[in-house]
Amino acid sequence: MATVTYDKASRIYPGTERPAVDSLELDIADGEFLVLVGPSGCGKSTSLRMLAGLEDIDAGSIWVGDRDVTHVQPKDRDIAMVFQSYALYPHMSVADNMGFALKIAKVDKSDIRERVEAAAKILDLTEYLDRKPKALSGGQRQRVAMGRAIVRQPQVFLMDEPLSNLDAKLRVQTRTQIAALQRRLGTTTVYVTHDQVEALTMGDRIAVLKDGLLQQVGTPRDMYDAPANVFVAGFIGSPAMNIGTYAVNGDFAQIGTSQVALNREAIAGLKAEDNNRVVVGYRPESLDRVSPNTDGAIAIQVDVVEELGSDAYVYGSIPSDAPGAADIHFDAGDSEVIVRIDPRDVPKKGDTVWVKIREGEQHVFSSASGDRLSAAVHTDKAL
Amino acid sequence: MPGHSSTPVPSQRAYDGTMPLKITGAVSPELLDLPWSIPLETWPEDTLAALPRGISRHVVRFVRFSGRVLAVKETVGPMAQREFTMLKELGKMGAPCVVPFAVVDGRVDAVGEPLPAALVTEHLQFSLPYRALFSQALRDDTMDRLIDALAVLLVRLHLLGFYWGDVSLSNALFRRDAEAFSAYLVDAETGDIHAHLTEGQRRYDIDLARTNIIGEMFDLQAAEELDDSVDPLLLGDRIEERYKELWAMLTGKETFTDNVRYHLAERVKALNELGFDVAELDMTQTEDGRELSIRPKVVDAGHHSRRLLRLTGLDVQENQARRLLNDLDEFRVVTAREDDEVLAAHEWLDRNFEPTVRAVPRDFRRKLEPAQVYHEVLDHRWFLAKKKPNVTMPEAAASYVKNVLPARPDEEAVLGQEIGALPDAESEAPTETRAIRAWQSFPRTTKPAPKD
Repeated sequence: MATVTYDKASRIYPGTERPAVDSLELDIADGEFLVLVGPSGCGKSTSLRMLAGLEDIDAGSIWVGDRDVTHVQPKDRDIAMVFQSYALYPHMSVADNMGFALKIAKVDKSDIRERVEAAAKILDLTEYLDRKPKALSGGQRQRVAMGRAIVRQPQVFLMDEPLSNLDAKLRVQTRTQIAALQRRLGTTTVYVTHDQVEALTMGDRIAVLKDGLLQQVGTPRDMYDAPANVFVAGFIGSPAMNIGTYAVNGDFAQIGTSQVALNREAIAGLKAEDNNRVVVGYRPESLDRVSPNTDGAIAIQVDVVEELGSDAYVYGSIPSDAPGAADIHFDAGDSEVIVRIDPRDVPKKGDTVWVKIREGEQHVFSSASGDRLSAAVHTDKAL
Repeated sequence: MPGHSSTPVPSQRAYDGTMPLKITGAVSPELLDLPWSIPLETWPEDTLAALPRGISRHVVRFVRFSGRVLAVKETVGPMAQREFTMLKELGKMGAPCVVPFAVVDGRVDAVGEPLPAALVTEHLQFSLPYRALFSQALRDDTMDRLIDALAVLLVRLHLLGFYWGDVSLSNALFRRDAEAFSAYLVDAETGDIHAHLTEGQRRYDIDLARTNIIGEMFDLQAAEELDDSVDPLLLGDRIEERYKELWAMLTGKETFTDNVRYHLAERVKALNELGFDVAELDMTQTEDGRELSIRPKVVDAGHHSRRLLRLTGLDVQENQARRLLNDLDEFRVVTAREDDEVLAAHEWLDRNFEPTVRAVPRDFRRKLEPAQVYHEVLDHRWFLAKKKPNVTMPEAAASYVKNVLPARPDEEAVLGQEIGALPDAESEAPTETRAIRAWQSFPRTTKPAPKD
């Protein structure tokens, strides 16, 4: 087991000007489960493949433990790519399916058996070791594939969207199994996904990338409570955070018809280049329904109500004839606002509801740089 | 109770027009007639052409469809679409791979539950899964020839910028190609297309190929289909060696101080003999002008098959083309038609090729491709000539049809199942063809690779 260090590592594809991965600095602790997440083209898979040795490192370096692997060939990096291929050999026993790579590496027979048995124990496959893969269920076969990587005892596991070819149900099941298994093994793992829910539920820490640049790295809770910039705020969380750009009047932001008090440290952080405008984010669960005459109440016109049993969400908009509405600019390009409401008191389509951002639950960002200006928000939402 | 299932059997109905089925790719309304509303695993037998062997990541079935065979693989929608697009792209680039036919998405069962998407590809006629070859009377070097074919495929894919990510004998199909095999990419699921591959990507693919081939050999041994005396590790090493030799031949830099024209011509000729044309070449002179380095930049496979196609319109594989061209050259000498290649080709087609392949009775035409039949008749004539000189092509063809062909299996559509147990082939020893230089193909004709 080992730490992994990206030391200002860059990948610049020939013929392109902008690096696919730009000076990535990331320290991954020994035994940590780190998830690289971001939208398509953000550089997450490239970053993983740089570590695997599949992409060149054009500047900077990558270290596994105290070894610089920047110029080391993939097979000599002591790293295992998991799930790349898991076709099983039908005539070989489960034990042989798991251990054959060790046989190729000329590992001693008794040593192979020992490692295979240890892996089988972790994977709950002990009783199947001498049987053929045909006797196994789909999930068990997948565990055999995992076992192949485990018996090699690599320093680091790499997983590149390993669940992408599974249907939704199996994906949820398998992600729980992988996370649990990684914790039992304690092997440093780097995992790539485009799915922020997968990232939040699996990782010890998450690194969010966009356009080849690391946006933020932190625990799932950090990312949710204190997104470092507007991009991370919009990317992490489901349903997404409501984010808009609003005019600032003194200590208030003009949201629709409402004057919403901004918190102090946020106002103090505003600069001339923000041009008296601010980006305010508020999660759907940070809104309380209030009476129309409450200070800071925002009117929302209901478009759709989504009832999920335990929760209900209003998808609505701030009426466009409201003063200042023309200034509202949402990240997603529309003015949709999502509100979590009490499922026992659901409004109808076309109704207007008034909501207020709960005290201390504003995420305030600079409109010029997109950087966070306010302190972390603490909500009780389970991730 | 045996045979009793407590779950109701879904109705085996065809697409009824009420489901939001989405088909991308094929312009073929008959595709809607397949029973998309039931899981592929339970498709009725009368739809299926065969069941595949081995354990696959996905459910795969071969389906009869409008007089041809399609391979259907269940997977998730985005993956099916991705693989479809990639195979299409690879096909456009001229890569040897299966032809994608359609993606079927939006499937639901009788009660409206969603079913996986399906990637549909066309079955490659006369292609053989490597396992099918192990139930036939084997030449002792079959495995070597398969691995050599896979090495050529891997090099060709890498030259095009395709990183495979799961190279193995199972993920390729093989077609007889004169006395060699040609390999075709079947499973592109793990692959990626890049402008250029890095050294790491190529090496990783080679390493995967080695590991997977050894695993496949261990499995054949476990199934008692491969003799225990064969060392899987040596076979695994072979792909690495063959790949590296060919890669160096095709891309290596050579530096010369004199007689550059001669060396250049030699290099191009060597690549042609390997079956490649040089489309672009980098030439770099040292500052003092005393040395010149050459490095092929773009090479295209299919040197011989392109020439044969131009001359005769026959679209065949590379080694078959090499063999046929050789016969054509011999024909030109014999008929004193050396000055007019095109006219001679036309006559050769008329007088030699067509009568020979037409001599195969209709019942036997599913056994081998015409070009392969012609190749084998040439072999057979050589074999007969050892006993009786001056055997004509019609005589050779008649003898081949009578004595050799009946024992050959139908190979037009071998779909993963074993070819039926076969009587031993006639005592003709095809390995002897190695003695004839013109019939040799890569890698036996390779000269030592130039150093980079």
